[in-house]
Amino acid sequence: MDVLRFTDRGIYCPAGDFYVDPWRRVDRALITHGHADHARWGMQRYLATHTAGPVMRHRLGDITLEGIAYGEVRRIGDAQVSFHPAGHVPGSAQIRIDVGGRVAVVTGDYKLENDGFSEPFEPVTCHEIVTECTFGLPVFKWAPQAVVAAQINDWWAEAAAQGRHCLLGAYSLGKAQRLLSMLDPDIGPILTHTAVENTNAVLRGQGLTLPDTIQVTADLDVKSLAPAMIIAPPSALGAAWGKRFGPATTGFASGWMQLRGIRRRRAMDRGFVVSDHADWPGLNEAIKMSGAEKIYATHGYTDIFARWLRSEGFDAEVVPTEFGGDEDEAETAPEVVS
Amino acid sequence: MKSFAALFTAIDQTTKTTAKTAALVNYFTSASDSDKLWCIALFTGRRPRRAVTTTQLREWAAERAGIPLWLLEDAYPVVGDLAETIALVLPPVTGSTDRGLTHWINALRALSKVEVEERKAAILSAWDELDATQRFLFNKLITGGFRIGVSQKLITRALARATGQDEPSVALRLMGQWTPGNTTYHALIEAEDAQADGSRPYPFYLAYQLDFGPENLGSPEAWQAEWKWDGIRGQLILRSGDHHVWSRGEELMTDRFPELARALDHLPGGSVLDGEILCWNYADDAPMPFNILQKRIGRKVVPKKLLTETPVILRAYDLLEWGGEDIRHRPLKDRRRLLETAFEALPSEAPLRLSEALPFQDWSDLATIRATARERHAEGLMLKRLDSPYLSGRKKGDWWKWKLDPLVIDAVMIYAQSGSGRRANLFTDFTFALWNGNDLVPFTKAYSGLTDAEFRKITAWVRKNTLQKFGPVRQVTPEHVFEIAFEGVHESPRHKSGLALRFPRMSRWRRDKPIQEANTLDDLRAMM
Repeated sequence: MDVLRFTDRGIYCPAGDFYVDPWRRVDRALITHGHADHARWGMQRYLATHTAGPVMRHRLGDITLEGIAYGEVRRIGDAQVSFHPAGHVPGSAQIRIDVGGRVAVVTGDYKLENDGFSEPFEPVTCHEIVTECTFGLPVFKWAPQAVVAAQINDWWAEAAAQGRHCLLGAYSLGKAQRLLSMLDPDIGPILTHTAVENTNAVLRGQGLTLPDTIQVTADLDVKSLAPAMIIAPPSALGAAWGKRFGPATTGFASGWMQLRGIRRRRAMDRGFVVSDHADWPGLNEAIKMSGAEKIYATHGYTDIFARWLRSEGFDAEVVPTEFGGDEDEAETAPEVVS
Repeated sequence: MKSFAALFTAIDQTTKTTAKTAALVNYFTSASDSDKLWCIALFTGRRPRRAVTTTQLREWAAERAGIPLWLLEDAYPVVGDLAETIALVLPPVTGSTDRGLTHWINALRALSKVEVEERKAAILSAWDELDATQRFLFNKLITGGFRIGVSQKLITRALARATGQDEPSVALRLMGQWTPGNTTYHALIEAEDAQADGSRPYPFYLAYQLDFGPENLGSPEAWQAEWKWDGIRGQLILRSGDHHVWSRGEELMTDRFPELARALDHLPGGSVLDGEILCWNYADDAPMPFNILQKRIGRKVVPKKLLTETPVILRAYDLLEWGGEDIRHRPLKDRRRLLETAFEALPSEAPLRLSEALPFQDWSDLATIRATARERHAEGLMLKRLDSPYLSGRKKGDWWKWKLDPLVIDAVMIYAQSGSGRRANLFTDFTFALWNGNDLVPFTKAYSGLTDAEFRKITAWVRKNTLQKFGPVRQVTPEHVFEIAFEGVHESPRHKSGLALRFPRMSRWRRDKPIQEANTLDDLRAMM
């Protein structure tokens, strides 16, 4: 029997009668991480890592959610399942499913670089792997985090010297907190949009360390403020919300900022290449480390990536999913603004 | 190349003109003369001759990156720029040197004299030496098209500031046939300007669009009105027994319009005219439609038959130089008087006509005249302030174009294709159809007119409603109606519909209209 089946509700394991990150209502859902395209509303029961739990509750409200520790093996029907760090955001996991000795891994979203903040990615050996390939083209190669951190802090220091604020757009779960952890708080105060601060509060509540932040509220005295770094969802920057900061310099942090065309379309002063997804070398390395003989490419440049893997001698095919969309859905970036 | 890369990065990282100008001024006060000259050349559309083909470039880059060629080809439309795609796929830089812009350009120019294997070795070693931004710029030197948001106006302003000259004199220096091969920075920008090249044109003065009527322009007596002719803008230079014809895009068009040589028989040397090149029906003494002129524009050498059937004239509206003297500073009414005097006794076989000033009483009178523009083969009216000097570039205030409202038709979108560059990954190029009985017949493409937000919305829709893919083109469900605006329609046997539009663009997304209510081919034909 197949370990996994690909259905119109999502990735299904018949031996355990459960789904991984399903997009339609099902009885039992195993969730890789709390982003809205993976953790959807309406499932009877959820299973996710202990760290992913609080954010899921914050976003999905009153759900039936059970927590599991990384590496803990649990039996569901005829399947043995365990969760392993994916390095994408705090609490994110690859899900390992063993049915009678045949092992499949569903990666969810992942990155190989240790961001010093999410549980670092751990390779999991398996027979078959379902891998994301959001950035599955050889043009996507990330610089080490320290290099980008220096670019962002230099940008901030330069703006501060001119007495201007920096407005940095980033998605509120994961990316925003990772950026916070990259900032040099000696340069000035760090401000956050309410959507970002709410997620900060959840993560701080479960013991994550973030620099001190000031939430932007209606009565905030902008005039008396030293040149600040302000982190907000991209949608807030162009709106009235962003205008209160006067002639600020604007930036956006995303893997898509690697491409000049997309950077220019954003019409921001700066684009910083920071992604919580694996880059091209990362995807290839992860697949090699898994030792998988069968690869299912999903979510991203699937056709191209699967063809590349076949040309490298792998048995690879494309699996359609509803996490985001097809290969050219670059602009509606597959991360979600809450 | 580090300082040129720093200049590029500074310009690319801002949307503010002041910041761009400052970066350019900084470069023009610090770089070497030869680097400055090449920088000006590149930003004004002059690039070194292509030493390797883009096909070779793709193959070598794929080989160096250790990826199959098809993978690079598939990544290219996502990135939207070949030079950038190659810069991104190459392995990280190994060595680092800092040779100037001129060094790399000369290295490229030397390649045309060597065998292909040697060319390849030179390109590969250049890639090894350059960091990511420099690689991108180096590739751009080969593939061409430095569109980085630096206009001629900006270059002019920065050079003027860096050298302490006024902008009009710098603009004049940058005109004409110079290349970095035939001049130096000193000769082009700094030297006393007496020995100027005899073919050098003046910068064109460009009008702004008048979006609302002319009522706010003050007293009608202060203005001259002319037809806005539907041809191509040209500057005719008659100096020392030679003639030169320049397009607005600063392209020398002398050989394309050989009949204008006869202007030398009718006007004295030391004359420069600004006007519209039109195909002329001598029998009716009237212009031919624009699509006839189109047959001429593309031809560098004109066959005799075409010359006889579609002769061109210059319909002159301004005089910039007279008796060898630059008279652009004098008021329009003076220049006009000289122009009219010069044209007074011209015989009808001369390839010259005056663009006459239209008499009118008041603004409402002029509006009535404007409404008859199409019958006169004109696109609308030009309004020019009588006491205005001839400025350079697009300046608000003295010259206005008051065009006719465009023609519009409601059409159904049937194919979509993604754009490139800034529009990579967005569906922006569409094919539209009109009804012919129960069939939808494609009749035009259009690329512009929607907002970025609308393009994003339609892009998401196209992805979900693709019926078939033909390479980069997607056939989509006929569901959306767009209002297409255009300036004219004429017969065209090359098009399936038998008709071709002039300047088609999307003027509105008609979400209120079902496709059954789109227009028919007959509706369009009736607009001819």
